[in-house]
Amino acid sequence: MAKQKLQFSPDNPPLLPLSRRSVLQALGISSTAAVLGSGLAQAAGSAAAAPGDAAEPGAQILNMTVNGEPHSLKIDPRTTLLDALRERLQLTGTKKGCDHGQCGACTVQVNGRRVNSCLSLALMHEGDAISTIEGLGTPEQLHPMQAAFVEHDAYQCGYCTSGQIMSAVALANEPYGTSDSDIKEAMSGNICRCGAYSHILKAIKQARG
Amino acid sequence: MHPFTFNRASSTDQAVKWGAAPNVRFIAGGTTLTDLMKLGVEHPTQVVDINRLPLAEVERTPEGGLKVGALVRNSDLAWHLAVKQGYPVLSEALLAGASGQLRNMATTGGNLLQRTRCMYFRDNLSPCNKREPGTGCAAIGGANRTLAIFGTSEHCIATNPSDMNVALVALGAQVHIQGNHGSRVVPVGEFFLLPGSTPQVETVLQPGELITHVALPPPLEGAKSGYLKLRDRASYEFALASAAVVLQIDGGRVRQARVALGGVGTLPWRSPAAEQALVGAPASAATWRAAAEAAVRGAKAQSENGFKIELAKRCVAQQLATVAARV
Ligand SMILES: Cc1cc2nc3c(=O)[nH]c(=O)nc-3n(C[C@H](O)[C@H](O)[C@H](O)COP(=O)(O)OP(=O)(O)OC[C@H]3O[C@@H](n4cnc5c(N)ncnc54)[C@H](O)[C@@H]3O)c2cc1C
Ligand code: FES
Ligand code: FES
Repeated sequence: MAKQKLQFSPDNPPLLPLSRRSVLQALGISSTAAVLGSGLAQAAGSAAAAPGDAAEPGAQILNMTVNGEPHSLKIDPRTTLLDALRERLQLTGTKKGCDHGQCGACTVQVNGRRVNSCLSLALMHEGDAISTIEGLGTPEQLHPMQAAFVEHDAYQCGYCTSGQIMSAVALANEPYGTSDSDIKEAMSGNICRCGAYSHILKAIKQARG
Repeated sequence: MHPFTFNRASSTDQAVKWGAAPNVRFIAGGTTLTDLMKLGVEHPTQVVDINRLPLAEVERTPEGGLKVGALVRNSDLAWHLAVKQGYPVLSEALLAGASGQLRNMATTGGNLLQRTRCMYFRDNLSPCNKREPGTGCAAIGGANRTLAIFGTSEHCIATNPSDMNVALVALGAQVHIQGNHGSRVVPVGEFFLLPGSTPQVETVLQPGELITHVALPPPLEGAKSGYLKLRDRASYEFALASAAVVLQIDGGRVRQARVALGGVGTLPWRSPAAEQALVGAPASAATWRAAAEAAVRGAKAQSENGFKIELAKRCVAQQLATVAARV
């Protein structure tokens, strides 16, 4: 849904190097909330406050490792882990779908366990090791789960995909069975509005071996 | 989200000391609190992070029961060998709740205190006596399809949404609480309060009190147990009706029984009437039906949730038969 880019042709260059993200940020709205509209107006409000400009009163220092790299951020306590990753560290591979724990688009791993980063306050993660889709593989060398998703065409719009993959990779550490219904149950926390479920299942089965 | 200060407690004493200040909330998994803070339903001025407290262990008690720390994650508890073996009803209830990600975050203490999913409670603009006492209840005569048929009042019909709580009630768990003035133990059956005219008060927990752990009594000798959850989709959905059942059957007769219902009560709903119908009766389909009938006696339908009476009845009968057939 949030894939459209501002188009500038070579003979119609932008006056400023603006991306869609920086436009939305300047307007103080998060990309998803702009799409989802009024029902989540409050979520948009929190996202606007969350980026936590470092000068804000009450801001606190947060030290965490993201994809193996240590980070130290001065952060507004209202910032969720999701907003810290996306808005402060510019790791926008992790998506914001519902912002209320209801879709799984924001799934990341904390110390190897999959969680919904939208319901976790960033400051709860002092000293934690966070893994996001950006740390999983590279375009040249995909993680086996990423490769399986590509091979099985396990997405349409791709919005849920990073969450699906982070969730599927973390399953390796959870005692779920290997039947189709076990995997479906284990993956129920990742909603795909495009309904790519049957391909997602195939990809996960292949990557899990 | 309203601004708040954030502090990490390093001991339970420190947590209850900080908790005694006005408008403080502890945060554990955050899956209820963060959600409700974003909605503006919760607006603490101080949040105390309790995740560093040493309350994440599952231990055997000297009596042969289990002591479950308040910070044990729902997934860890569900997969714990002692729980799977001794308390299948609890393991199944936990695994029926939320999603894999949420269970990795959600804690025993937080799950006990999760708030209703009534849409009027979650919507700051609607009248709701639970969120804002005295404003009325928009759910009565409103969208109440998912709400309660047991324990309602003219002030509130919101359901307690937890699956874990239903199993804990069936198992007769005890909630261990620490406050600024000492510790106390409350049976889970007395922990939750009916809405009455004060639906904003949901449990006996006083402001600032900390749940340190939940104790399970030793498993009933030779008993079998299980949890059945019925809902609008197969997973990642709250219960419309659920049943937690513990049965001890000997010589073809029920010796002891525990039955609790979820998704239908303003609190996790134990059914002494169903238990009475079971104890001493032959382990048969007729007994399961009679117990299920007894379980829904006195249920009160709202404008949209009358179907839950039949659903709850079938849920109880089905789960009694399933558990009895287990080896
Ligand atoms: C999309 C979604 C679907 C869900 N589906 C289900 C479902 O199907 N079944 C189900 O049962 N649940 C479901 N849940 C609810 C989930 O189980 C609860 O949110 C979770 O158990 C709460 O635990 P927590 O540790 O995250 O609590 P928190 O959000 O950290 O805390 C909840 C409340 O308890 C207080 N608190 C926490 N720990 C303590 C303590 N030790 N002492 C005193 N106070 C404390 C906090 O101050 C807060 O008021 C769902 C949640 C979401 C978001
Ligand atoms: S954005 Fe976190 S679950 Fe939807
Ligand atoms: S939501 Fe579009 S691919 Fe899943």
